Amino acid sequence: MALVGFSQAPRAMLQRAGVGLKAEHYRTILEERPDIGFFEVHAENYMCAGGPPHRYLSAIRERYPLSLHGVGLSIGGTAPLDRDHLARLKALIERYEPELFSEHLAWSTHGGAFLNDLLPIPYTAKTLAHVSAHIDQVQEALGRQMLLENPSTYVAYSESDYDEVDFITEIARRTGCGLLLDVNNVYVASTNQQWDPIAYIDAFPLSRVKEIHLAGHARRTDDKGRPLLIDAHDRPVEDIVWHLYAHAVALNGPLPTLIEWDADVPAWPVLVAEAAHAEEIMASRGRKGARHAAA
Amino acid sequence: MPRRDDPQRDFAEALLDPSLPPPEGLTGPDGEPSADRFAVYRNNVAVGLTDALADAFPAVRRIVGEEFFRAMARIHALAEPPASPILLDYGAKFPDFIAGFPPAAGLPYLAAVARIERAWREAYYAAEAEPIDPGAFAGLDADELPSLRLTLHPSLRLVRSSFPALTIWDLNIGDEPPATVDLTGRCEDALIVRPRAEVEARRLPGGGFEFIAALCCGETVLTAANDALEASADFDIAGNLVGLFEAGAIVAMVRERAPVVSETRS
Repeated sequence: MALVGFSQAPRAMLQRAGVGLKAEHYRTILEERPDIGFFEVHAENYMCAGGPPHRYLSAIRERYPLSLHGVGLSIGGTAPLDRDHLARLKALIERYEPELFSEHLAWSTHGGAFLNDLLPIPYTAKTLAHVSAHIDQVQEALGRQMLLENPSTYVAYSESDYDEVDFITEIARRTGCGLLLDVNNVYVASTNQQWDPIAYIDAFPLSRVKEIHLAGHARRTDDKGRPLLIDAHDRPVEDIVWHLYAHAVALNGPLPTLIEWDADVPAWPVLVAEAAHAEEIMASRGRKGARHAAA
Repeated sequence: MPRRDDPQRDFAEALLDPSLPPPEGLTGPDGEPSADRFAVYRNNVAVGLTDALADAFPAVRRIVGEEFFRAMARIHALAEPPASPILLDYGAKFPDFIAGFPPAAGLPYLAAVARIERAWREAYYAAEAEPIDPGAFAGLDADELPSLRLTLHPSLRLVRSSFPALTIWDLNIGDEPPATVDLTGRCEDALIVRPRAEVEARRLPGGGFEFIAALCCGETVLTAANDALEASADFDIAGNLVGLFEAGAIVAMVRERAPVVSETRS
C-alpha cells in the first residue's frame, strides 16, 4: 500500500455543515454568498468538457471548501476498475483540489453497462481482498487518500461471513483509507437488516471518519410486513437519524457534515436550515470531541 | 449459488430483465430469499435511468405526457443502459429508439424533436472556446474571403428535420400553452451552439445547413458556398456568414497561410 497526501479536511471545515451543490441553487449561492461550511458535488456531474456546470463550480469553488463524491467508480465490482474513469477523477481533483474525496462500498457497473445504483456486495475474505486492492489502486492513481462510505442495503448475502462494520474496519486498516459515515445509511441498513444502529455506530472505527452524511429516507414495508427503508435523498433528515448523528458527534466530536438532498430538491433556505441544525448539534454535543479533533 | 465465474452477472441481468428471477443467495433479515427486497434495486435502476432521460428530453416529455414518456424511457433504459457512469452523456440513442417505437408512430415529428434536445444537451456540455470578434472580418480583403477556412465552435451542432422540429421544440420547452403547428411540407434545419454560457438554437435559411456542414469539414468558404448554392439557388453567402458571427459560432479564421485569430481556451 502506497499512500501519498492524506486527505485532511481543513480545521475550518471540522465544525461545519455543508450541502450537496444543486444546479437549482447556483445563482442563489453566487448572489447571496451564504455562510455555509462547504459544498459537495457528485464527480460524474462534472465529467464534461465545458459548459455552465464548470463555470458555476469554478466560481463557487473560489469561495467555499469543496468535497468531491464519486458515484460511479464501482469499487465493489468484480470487474477491474475503469482506468478511464479513474483518469477523469484525477483530472477533476487536479482542477478543483477538493478537500475531501469519497466513494462507496458498492458496485454499479457490469459488463460495460452502468446500472446507476449502489449495489451491495457480500462480505467475505475474498471480497475484502478484492475491494482493498481496488482502494489501493484508487489511492495510488489519485495520489491521495479516499474516504469509503458505508452502504444502505435492502438485501443480505447468505454467503457473507463478516459483519459490515468489521468488514469496513478491516478495509480501512489494510488500505489506510479514511471513512465517510453515512448516518442515514446506518439507519436504513440497520432497519432493513434488523441490526442495532447504536451498536453499529459504537463499533464503527470513528477515528478514521473524516466526513458524515445525513439524508432523508422513504419508509415502506416488504411483502412480509417488515419495515423496508429506502435511501431516497428526497426529503428532510428524520428525527431518528438526527438522534444517531448526535450520538456519533458525542462519541467522536464534530466532523464535516453533509446534508444530501438529491431529488425533489427544496428551496435554498430549507436546505440551509438542515445544515444549521447539524451545526447546532455539533456545537451542543461535540465538546467531548473537540479534544479528539485537536489531538 | 451464484455463478462462480462472476457472481455479479446474475444480479445485473436480473436488474435489467424483470422476467428473470432474483439472483440466488440474497435474503431478507430472516435468511429467506426476498424477491420484494431485490425489487427495490430493480426499481432504483429503472427509475434512475428514466429520470436521467426525463431530464435530457423535457420537450419530448411535455409533448407525450409524463406517463407515456416514462413508459417509453423505461423500455429504452432497460434495453440500452448507459455505457459509462457519466449520465450527462446518456440518451444518444434515444431519438432513434423513439423513431422506431410503434406506440409513438402517431407523432412522426417526435424523434426529430428528440434530436434537437440531444444536440442542445451536447452543446450545453461541450468544450469552451471564445468566439472571435466580429471586427476580425473587417481586416480581410475581399479577395481573401473565398480561400478562407473557419474553425467553428466545438459546441456547434446541426440538426436537419423533415418536420418543423425546432418550432415544435420551442413551443414545448417553456410553460406556455401549446399552439398549433402546421406540419405540411415544412422542413427545418437548426443550428445549435453555446458560444458562452447559454445554448442558442436558430433556424437556418436555405443552403445554410450545407454551408456550415462543409465549413465543419474544413472546406473553404468558396467550396462551402458552392455546396450551399447547389442545395438552394437563392443562398445568401454574406447573410449566412454574418449569421454565423452573430451566433458566436466562429472561433478562428484561417487564411491560406497563417491564422488571423486563433484563441481557444479549455
